[in-house]
Amino acid sequence: MWTWFYRLASPPHVYRTAAALTPWFFAVAAVTIGYGLIDGLAFAPPDYQQGDAFRIIYVHAPSAWLSLFAYTTMAFAGAVALIWRIKVGYAVAAAAAPIGASFTLVALVTGSLWGRPMWGTYWAWDPRLTSELILLFLYFGVISLRQAFEDPARGDRAAALLGIVGVINVPIVHFSVYWWNSLHQGGTVMRLGKPEMATSMLWPLLAMLFGFMCFFGAVLCMRLRGEVLNRERQSTWVREAVKP
Amino acid sequence: MQEATDPIDAPRASSLDLSADKIHVWRGDRHVLRGAGFAVKAGELLHVAGPNGTGKTTLLRVVCGLLRPEQGAVSWCGRPIDAIRAEYQAAMAYASHEAALKSDLSALENLRYSVGLKRRVGDHELRDTLGRTGVAACADLPARVLSAGQRRRVAMARVLAMRAPLWLLDEPFTNLDSKGTALMCRMLEAHLDGGGLALVVAHHALALARPIRRLELGE
Amino acid sequence: MSIGAFPAMRLILRRELRLYFRRPDQLLQPLVFFLIVTTLFPLALSPRLSLLRDMAPGVLWVAALLSSLLSLETLFKADAEDGTLEQLALSGQSLGVIVIAKTLAHWLVSGVALVAMSPLVATALAIPTDAFPVMFASLALGTLTLSWLGAIGAGLTVGLRRGSVLLSLIVLPLAMPLLIFGASATDRAIGGESPAGALYFLGALCVFTTSLAPVAAAAALRITLE
Repeated sequence: MWTWFYRLASPPHVYRTAAALTPWFFAVAAVTIGYGLIDGLAFAPPDYQQGDAFRIIYVHAPSAWLSLFAYTTMAFAGAVALIWRIKVGYAVAAAAAPIGASFTLVALVTGSLWGRPMWGTYWAWDPRLTSELILLFLYFGVISLRQAFEDPARGDRAAALLGIVGVINVPIVHFSVYWWNSLHQGGTVMRLGKPEMATSMLWPLLAMLFGFMCFFGAVLCMRLRGEVLNRERQSTWVREAVKP
Repeated sequence: MQEATDPIDAPRASSLDLSADKIHVWRGDRHVLRGAGFAVKAGELLHVAGPNGTGKTTLLRVVCGLLRPEQGAVSWCGRPIDAIRAEYQAAMAYASHEAALKSDLSALENLRYSVGLKRRVGDHELRDTLGRTGVAACADLPARVLSAGQRRRVAMARVLAMRAPLWLLDEPFTNLDSKGTALMCRMLEAHLDGGGLALVVAHHALALARPIRRLELGE
Repeated sequence: MSIGAFPAMRLILRRELRLYFRRPDQLLQPLVFFLIVTTLFPLALSPRLSLLRDMAPGVLWVAALLSSLLSLETLFKADAEDGTLEQLALSGQSLGVIVIAKTLAHWLVSGVALVAMSPLVATALAIPTDAFPVMFASLALGTLTLSWLGAIGAGLTVGLRRGSVLLSLIVLPLAMPLLIFGASATDRAIGGESPAGALYFLGALCVFTTSLAPVAAAAALRITLE
């Protein structure tokens, strides 16, 4: 069982699997995101309160979800690498971090654009956006820590550990920001997103969510191949693989 | 006799042995250690030699457990050191190539706070030990004002005072004058005579009156 | 043969305190920094007492956080540079014991000094004396929690040449819940409301980090010591 697992996690195997998966992820992402965009932007009914402005949810919500999903992926891969000394885990973590940070940034920008028609200002210290901002800081910390080490192996391990600490911290941050917000602003801020949604609005959103996850998978596979190649550049299989 | 054999607080059986097997360490792209290995028994000294940059210090750090090798394992009395960390560390005295003294503490305090973590020890005994390495007069001076040679002698006293059966010394002769070098050699002899083991990293030959084993790195 | 964990902790604690008191400037500089930062705010905003009282908890806490971070940088770095950290790590005691002793020593020196200094700053920022007990309690809990978080950050950045900015980058996001609860406890006490809720949360965070941070910081040191 374990030897099978280690063989599965061997760099050449990961490199080839990632290459094989990339087009499939891209294809599914293109179909679902295409459907979600058309249905969401053109056919879903406008919100009775927010009008057409709500349609930014089709980009904002999946990005926000992916920002957390990528962080969890990164921390989990780092934990696997630290505990079972499976080096490919570090490559996955290193590949996932910038993608997650980008999703966080997209969620922040779209959230703030949404805020303009909703609150009349681009930034209103909405609790979700605030914890998203802190998540971005956590990403910056992990990425800079990895790069700060001259020895990449130590940088990997340090970043993995910080990722795990961060994952424990994310719910605490989220919770405390809510507490802070209820203290200062009460119920005056309009919440982004509604607990209940018409199904005609929901389907494109779910499609976008799924599409974003596939897109994340595709980009992760591509970046992972780059990471693996760079890390294994001394080995013979890489020399064979990149022979002109 | 001043440099009398120190009692070693450990089972004196000849079962003490240290071995390393096929140690591989990479630093970034550099393959620093390529399958280095050795075995040392009680009463033996291993001289780790080789030109600069061949991984002598790296090997010593692997042996003392600070650095985990990518491949290979170090065993103390037949058991991997990762599994018996506390016991192994209690049996070991490590001296890095710097003297590792807090410059704001006196020589005596430095010893008290490092040796004291390994075993219960009184100031009186520590002063004695400092005397045996010839730095009794420095005991109450802050390490900041000591010369490099004096700091090295304080570090030697720390190794002595730990009463550990295994000595891991990185360039112990640096900054020592000829008297200090002779003293260090006598200390090593006494340690080995008492059934101790030693691993010494040094880039020049060791002048000991006994056959010593050599591990040449970088070949 | 080797000594137990508690005597070892006591010994390291004594070593640390002695080192801090041999170098009083290291101890005083963060405190002076704390004073200066809190002076900046009235100068930059306005000396109006009502405004100051509104900002006071926030100013106090931001300044406390920053000045604590200053001294946390050297928590392991000084020992790593002169090689004594290796000696500690090979002393037969677990890294966790070493981390706990060193962090507690740091808090005893920097945290307690900060708490002792806070009435001075509080008076200047027009915080009423009635709110002092809550301010003391929140600062004491908060600085201890911050010392634990800082120990993780200091452990991760110990071998790096320019680690100080990175340390802030790592520790400050982790410390934000602390800032929220700490400032609001003081704020509520000033407003005459019950600060119990915020204090309980601070206490919970403190217990939580006290139990988990030594493990994380020891793991960080094991990585960076290599």
